[in-house]
This record gives sequence, structure tokens and C-alpha cells, in this order.
Amino acid sequence: MRRFKSGLTTTITWILVLLFFFPIAWMFMTAFKSEADAASIPPKFFFTPTLDQFQIVFDRGMGSFLLNSFTSSIASTLIVLLLAIPAAYALSIRPVKKVQDSLFFFISTRFMPVAASILPIFFILKFMGLLDNITALTFLYAAMNLPIAVWMMRSFFNEVPMEIIEAAQIDGANFRTELVKVVLPIVVPGIAAVALICFIFSWNEYFMALLLTTDTARTTPPFLASFVDGRGQFLAVLSAASTIAVLPVIIAGWAAQKQLVRGLAMGAVK
Amino acid sequence: MLLTKKRALALSAILATSALALTGCSGAGGAKQDVTLTLATVSNPQMKDMEELKGEFESANPSIKVNFVQMEEGDLRAAVTADVASGAGQYDIVTVGAYEVPQWGANGWLQDLTPALKADATYDVEDILPPVRDALSVDGKQYAVPFYGESSILMYNKEMLAAAGVTISNNPTWQEVATAAQAVKDQGIADSGICLRGKPGWGDLFAPLTTVVQTFGGSWYDMDWNAQVNSPEFTEAVTFYKDLLANAGQADPVSYSFTECLNLLQEGKTAMWYDASVAASILEDAKTSKVAGKMGYAHAPTYKTAESGWLWSWNLAVPESSKNKEAADKFVLWATSKDYQQLVGKTLGWTRVPPGARISTYEIPEYKEAAAAFAPITLEVMSSVNPSQPGVNPQPWVGIQYVTIPEFQDVGNQVAQLVADAIAGRISVADALNKGQEIAQKAGDAHKK
Amino acid sequence: MTTIVQKPGAQAVPPVGQAEKKKVRLSRSLILPALIFALVLTQIPFLVTIYFSMLNWNQLYPNEVGFNWFANYVTVFTGPDFLSSLGATVLITGSSVVLSLLFGLGFAILLDRKFPGQAIARTLLITPFLIMPAAAALIWKWSMLDANVGMVNFALTTLGLPPVAWNTDLPAVTIIMLLTWQFTPFMMLILLAGLQSQSKDVLEAASVDGSGPIRTFQWITLPHMRQYIEIATLLGSIMLLQVFDPIAIMTKGTGGTKTLSYLLYERAFIGLDVGQAAAFGVVTVFITILVATIALRTLFKVFMNGGDR
Repeated sequence: MRRFKSGLTTTITWILVLLFFFPIAWMFMTAFKSEADAASIPPKFFFTPTLDQFQIVFDRGMGSFLLNSFTSSIASTLIVLLLAIPAAYALSIRPVKKVQDSLFFFISTRFMPVAASILPIFFILKFMGLLDNITALTFLYAAMNLPIAVWMMRSFFNEVPMEIIEAAQIDGANFRTELVKVVLPIVVPGIAAVALICFIFSWNEYFMALLLTTDTARTTPPFLASFVDGRGQFLAVLSAASTIAVLPVIIAGWAAQKQLVRGLAMGAVK
Repeated sequence: MLLTKKRALALSAILATSALALTGCSGAGGAKQDVTLTLATVSNPQMKDMEELKGEFESANPSIKVNFVQMEEGDLRAAVTADVASGAGQYDIVTVGAYEVPQWGANGWLQDLTPALKADATYDVEDILPPVRDALSVDGKQYAVPFYGESSILMYNKEMLAAAGVTISNNPTWQEVATAAQAVKDQGIADSGICLRGKPGWGDLFAPLTTVVQTFGGSWYDMDWNAQVNSPEFTEAVTFYKDLLANAGQADPVSYSFTECLNLLQEGKTAMWYDASVAASILEDAKTSKVAGKMGYAHAPTYKTAESGWLWSWNLAVPESSKNKEAADKFVLWATSKDYQQLVGKTLGWTRVPPGARISTYEIPEYKEAAAAFAPITLEVMSSVNPSQPGVNPQPWVGIQYVTIPEFQDVGNQVAQLVADAIAGRISVADALNKGQEIAQKAGDAHKK
Repeated sequence: MTTIVQKPGAQAVPPVGQAEKKKVRLSRSLILPALIFALVLTQIPFLVTIYFSMLNWNQLYPNEVGFNWFANYVTVFTGPDFLSSLGATVLITGSSVVLSLLFGLGFAILLDRKFPGQAIARTLLITPFLIMPAAAALIWKWSMLDANVGMVNFALTTLGLPPVAWNTDLPAVTIIMLLTWQFTPFMMLILLAGLQSQSKDVLEAASVDGSGPIRTFQWITLPHMRQYIEIATLLGSIMLLQVFDPIAIMTKGTGGTKTLSYLLYERAFIGLDVGQAAAFGVVTVFITILVATIALRTLFKVFMNGGDR
């Protein structure tokens, strides 16, 4: 009876999981269809797969957009970690009353809808001659992700048992040793989680990339949207482009998910 | 799991290299003798063809390279407006709709192309369809050249209408169309009798709906810029449109615009469609369309006016802020020339020649043959519509399915959202249009003399 | 949850010694780079936004740019748009957060046990969160919810139910449904992390005591999960507040789906009114800060306490 019950739960779980995943599976499938098959009514489950759509996507030069996406996402994530780790450390392990107030400031910088601040940013960048510049975009992504990173990192540091730090301090470890040798190793899963989330947000960011870049620095999301064809069918080619565009994030997410869960498990506690 | 010194070193090395890579990236791109033009365009099939063929231009002009930046229509508007209005000069060539060209031209944002057009003896500017050209000129100065143009026509599946025992004349009335749609639906020949745009947006729902309003005798504004949105004629037209959709239209109308209706018709799920004339060339493509060869085409349905088609063109223009105007002019003239049309026909196929810009397109024998099903009616409608007075009453602007004031896309969008609510039955047509009237009046007040 | 260990800094003993000063300095110097970075990159644009909000500046009237001081704010507060958008934002964000929390909790519970293919199932489940929002919205619009081709209506009619005109009749539900789908994985990850951090001893003790699984869940698991639910809510709300793509792609702001994010986009890029868009933006920031402060201070006291450790 018990085994039957467990088997039933497993079956139900799998049915729900597959239902949930279905839209994405469908997207992967559509990527291998011809446009006519993709638009077919009723939908086609069986079809002759084709790589034509991928051919079109790469012929349009997706490579350089992917490269820009990698550059801005990775570099901005590194900047965020570099800034957020010490800041969160200060907020958590060496808290000073006045410094605490900055925590709320960090999170509040995420409240401005991008649509409102994008034109001011456009004009500032234009004034500085930094439009269509990957470095500018990278810094903006870093600023966009910093608040969440600080918030999450602080929670991770809160999880470090105080005894360990005190022990290190009694041993006469200076601050750098304390941070690098004692605290950081404990929060590595947390750092991985933060890095992944920053990477996802930068990778998927659309609005700034659209308005602030044209060609040299343009990233994948606006390029993806350019497959939305006002005057014809585009579902198959868009699915192919989306499939390629999500693969890096999916691979990163899948590879890091153990870290992610562990990281979040620590992060959420405090 | 201790972070050793080695690791720290490796980490900082990564950081340093990525910083270097970043500065390297930002530094690249300059210091070239040749001219690189950046062209912003909308991601429509004809523009993709242009990108495919740009190599011909580049090999004829070895010092000029052209980079295409394709965007979805809404994105293009946002990105190009910000660039051109601020004079940022990131784009050397921009694709601009007929609605924007006169406004941007008057603002001094676009280069006056008249001298360049006159200087080129082979270009033959007189060959451009007069209504299209008029829409792109302000005070005799032409600010853009049409890449392709379109009107709106009624497209119908002949087999389905025959099965339903109805016919459509070459100049149908809306009543005739409604009756035919109802017959198809009632006899269960297709899921719906007609597909019409319902997606909220001035360029979506209100492109066809404005032409319906006009042929019903309504208009957005009168000669003194008094809004007419809740007038009896406007109300009658919207009610008619809503009822037609409810009785014989496609399911979930608010989701539907051009591409959605195109799919429905191609798959034989609806019998009629009133939309842009460029759709005909896609419907006649036997490779993707199940209804190729089965379609009939007629003038836009009317009620109180003789014609009711809209007029739209996607045009190429050179912003004043461009740093490479001379080279840009060259490309713009090339892409809209008669030679370009020959090039498209010969390399990509004659049905893919950009339509609706030049009279001579319709005199090319190969094109006439390849596009026999829809070319004559497109030319006929495009030459007979009147952008200066499309409706029953005179209007203080030039343009059919739009009002050439900066506020219109906002007004059109907001009223479209209200009408979509009415189509969904959340509010009454009268309530929607009364609210719309207020929105439209505010914009109209700014233009009262 | 556990005994709170007193931190040397948190004790804040009044007589400040040399060492204490040094600590404060160190603490400051650690946080300063991040603070300056955030200040420069977010507050300069914000100040420019405030400046813009006092301008009469429509992009299509380049010759009429000038100060109109608070006229844009008058428009914001006297027009009907802001309040209705605020309502739509609260409704859509709130429902999506609550629903994705519930689904996330359900999935987390189902996945918090050993079964064949557990790792693969978890992997498949987190994918919706990784997909570009615009791509997700397009897939849903075309493949799932379309009145003719959509799988959802296909399933409904197979079950003998009438098809639904999603965007026409249920626009807000459609958006909430999509957002719930996208954010359930995020919630699930956090909640799963919470479940897995539960002490197995306590759970065993409970089952030895003879309390059933439901009682155990209610009395032991839920209290333990509270903090996880709170951070999931906070981060989820911040992300969902900014949601734009599904609305732009599916409903275009009709039928109660015009959230503040979409309204701002409309003002800036369809109305082309830089001044008005800026004013809407500034007001949005202040209202969000107000709501967030109240929410953080009252509902989530834990966070503020957590700050002191």
C-alpha cells in the first residue's frame, strides 16, 4: 500500500512537471519545424525536422550578438560580485548602525521602472558619447543587479557562524584573512547563486539593450525580437533563435542548480 | 575548500583580462577610412530581402559598407525616435512610416531629399505613385522615398464563398461583406466568416477600423480640430465592426492582428479578411499557403464613400544628424530605384519585388505575370484613394488611417484599448467612445488655431 | 530559530574605543565602493528624471521644450491613468506572487522526496524562469493560448469544455497565468531550499510523537518556512513589479492589464512625452518606496531584525 502510494505520488509529480515544461518543449520542437508546419492548424506533433531556421538565424549574424551578451553578462556579474561581497560583508558581519540604512537604499534603487529612467540614461550616455558601447551597458547591468546581489549576499553572510569569525579574530587574523580564508569558502554556494541570478537578468535584459545600443554593442534579446515579423510568419525562426539564446542560461542553470538550491537555502534563512 | 592565494590570483587575472577585453571592445570600431552606414529598419520580409541584396550595392561602391539593424515595429519607433529627436546620429538611414515622415520633416530632423532626387537623372521621381509621394512631402520638399507601399483590400476564399452560395463584387459594400461572412459562418463552412484586426493599437485595430469609420461618414476630427469620436457615425461604425466580429468573426478577436489573421486564412479557417494589400503576395505563395490560387481580391468594402482603402508606405530617409549623408543618399536612391526592383525580381523572384511605390513596377512584364492575381487591384486601389479627404467630410490633415499630429499614436492607442474593452463586452461602445472623445479632444485642442 | 549569537559590532557599547573606530572605518570602507557605484549609476539618472519631470517636453515638439514645473505632476494626480494602473499593478503583481508561491510550495513539497528522476524533474521545472520573458510571452501567445492553434483550448475542448478567448475575455487572468508559470520555479527553488534545510531529527521526532503529516506540516514545517516565504515574496514582488513584456505582447494594456510599467512605457514611447513619463516614474518610485517601507516594517519585521542579527 505504501509503495503504491509512493508510486502514485511520483506519477502525479511527473505529470505535473511535464505539463509545466510543455511550453518549452514545444518551443524546442517548433525550432525544428518549417514556418508552414509551425503555423499549422491543428498543431503538428509529427513533422519532418529541418535545420533551416537555425541556418537563417546564424546567417543573420547571431554570433556577434551572442558574444556581446556574454561579454556584458559575465563582466557585469563580476563587477557585481566584486562590489556586493565586501558591502554585504560589512552589512552582515561588521554592522555599523548608520551603514545599515544603506541596505534599504540599495533595494530601493530597483523600484524605478526602466521605462521611466531609460530616456534620462539615453541622454546622459549621448552627452558622454557612450551610446552603443558595451562597457556602458555592462556598468548599467551591474547597477541593475547590485541591489539584489547585496541583499542576497548579506543573507548568506548572516549564516556564517559567528564562532568561526571570532575564532579567527582571536587567532589574530587580519581582516583580509578573515574574509578570504574563513568566510568566503563557507558562502561559495551563495556566491554561485547570486552570480547565476545576475547572469540571467543581464542575459535577458531587453529594454536598455534596445535603446542604448545599435549595432556594435547590441546584445541577443533585441536581435531575437527582430525575428518577430510584422508581415509574415516567424514562429519557427523565433523559436530557433530563442532556443539558441536560452541554451547558455539553461546550461548554466542546470549545472549550477545544486549550488543554487544550497545557496538559496542559506540565503533565505535570515 | 579554502580560497587559496593561487585562486585569488587567478580570479584577479580573470577580472583584469575581462576589463581589458571591455576597454578593447569599446575602443574598436573607429579608425576606418571607409564609410560604414547604419541602417535601422523594420523586420518585414521586403527589408530582409534588401539586406540580402546589399552586397550588390557594396561591390558597386567599395568604400561603403551598410549594416542593417532590424527591429520589430514598436521597437523601431522607440529606438529611432529617441535617436533622431535627440540628434544622436547613430543611424545614417532610418525606415520611417508614412505617418511620421511629414512630422519629422517639418521638425527638421530629416534631410530634404529633393535635390538629390533631381540630380539623379535615372531615378525618375515622377514614377513614384502620386498619393504616396504626396504623403512624404511638406511644402514641396520630399523628406523620404518609399521602399514599398500598400493599401487595404478585401481578400476572400472563392471556394468557401461558392460553397456558401454567396459572391463578392469588385467594389463590395460592408453590408454585402457582412451577409457573406454570416452565410459562411451559419452554414459551418469555416469556423468564422471573416477575420478582422482587434488587437489594441493605432496601427493594429485602428488601421482597418478608421477606414470603416470614414466610409460610415465619421472621422477623428472635423476641420476645426473638434474631436468626433462619439459622433453617431463613428459610433455606428464601431458598433458595426464589433457586431460583425461577434456574429461572424474569429474567436478571441483582441489577440488578432495582421499575422494572426494571415495564419487563419492560409490554413483555411476563415473565408474573408480585410487587411493590407501586401498580404496577397504571401497568400499566393504556394510553398507556404494552402489557399494559393483559391483567393479572390476586391476593393476595400464601402458604405458612404466610393473608396475606402488605406494608404501606407515604409520609407527610407536620412536623418539630419547622420555624419555620412552623401553615402546614405546613395544607398537610399539605390534601394528605391527601378534597377533595384529588377535586381530583386531576377535574383529572388518577381513576386518579391517591393510593391506599391512605383508606377513602373506594374509595367514590368515579369511582375505582371507573376503577380497577376493581386497586382492590378493593388495599383488600382492605390491610385484611387484620396489621402486628403478619405471620408465624407473634409479633414485638416493628409492621411487616411491616421491623423498626422504627434499626439495621434497615443490617442489612437488609448481609444483602441477602450474599443477592445467594448469588443470584449466589458463596457458599451458608447461608454468607450465617450471616454475616447475626451482623450481625442485634449489632443485636438493643441491644434486649434 | 536558533540561539542568536551576539556580534561584537552589534553590541555597540557606548564608550567607543580606538578599536571600535577602526572597525567602523573598515566597515565603511567595505561598503563605500558599492554605495558610490549605486549612487552614481542610479541616482544621477534619477536626478535627471526629476529634472525632466518638470519639463514640458514632447519628443515630437522639439521647439517647445521648456519648464512647466509641476504641470506634469498635476496630470499624474488628476488624470484617471495613475490610480487605475496602480490598481492593475497591485492586482497582477499580488495575484502572481501569491499563486506562484502556492504552486512553488506544491512543487517544492513534491520534489522534496526521493523518486526516480528527481534531478531531471527539478531541472525541467526551473527552466521557465531562465527563458527570456519576451520569448516566453510569444510562445504562450501563439502555441498555448491561441484561440485556434493553442494547446490550452485544445485540451479544454478535448475535455468537453468550451474554448476560452483568453486575451479578449480574460486579459488579466492571462497575464497572471503566464507570470505565475514563469515565477513558480523561482519560488519553488527558494522554498525547496527551505524544506531541505529542515532538521530531519525534528521531523522524525514529530512522526514518532504520532502527529500526522498534515499536522507536522502545519506546526513544524510552516513556521520554519516563514522566512523563506518572506524572502521569496520580497524578491518576487520586486521582479514582478517591473513586468512589461507579456503585456506588450499579449494584451497591450487592455482589460485591466495596464500596469505602471506598461503605462510608463506608453507615456514615454507612444505618447513620446518625456516630461510626463518622468513624472509618472518619479511618483512610481515614491509610492513603491512608501509601500515597500510599510510592507517591510510591518509584515516583514524579520528583515529589520535580521539586519541587526
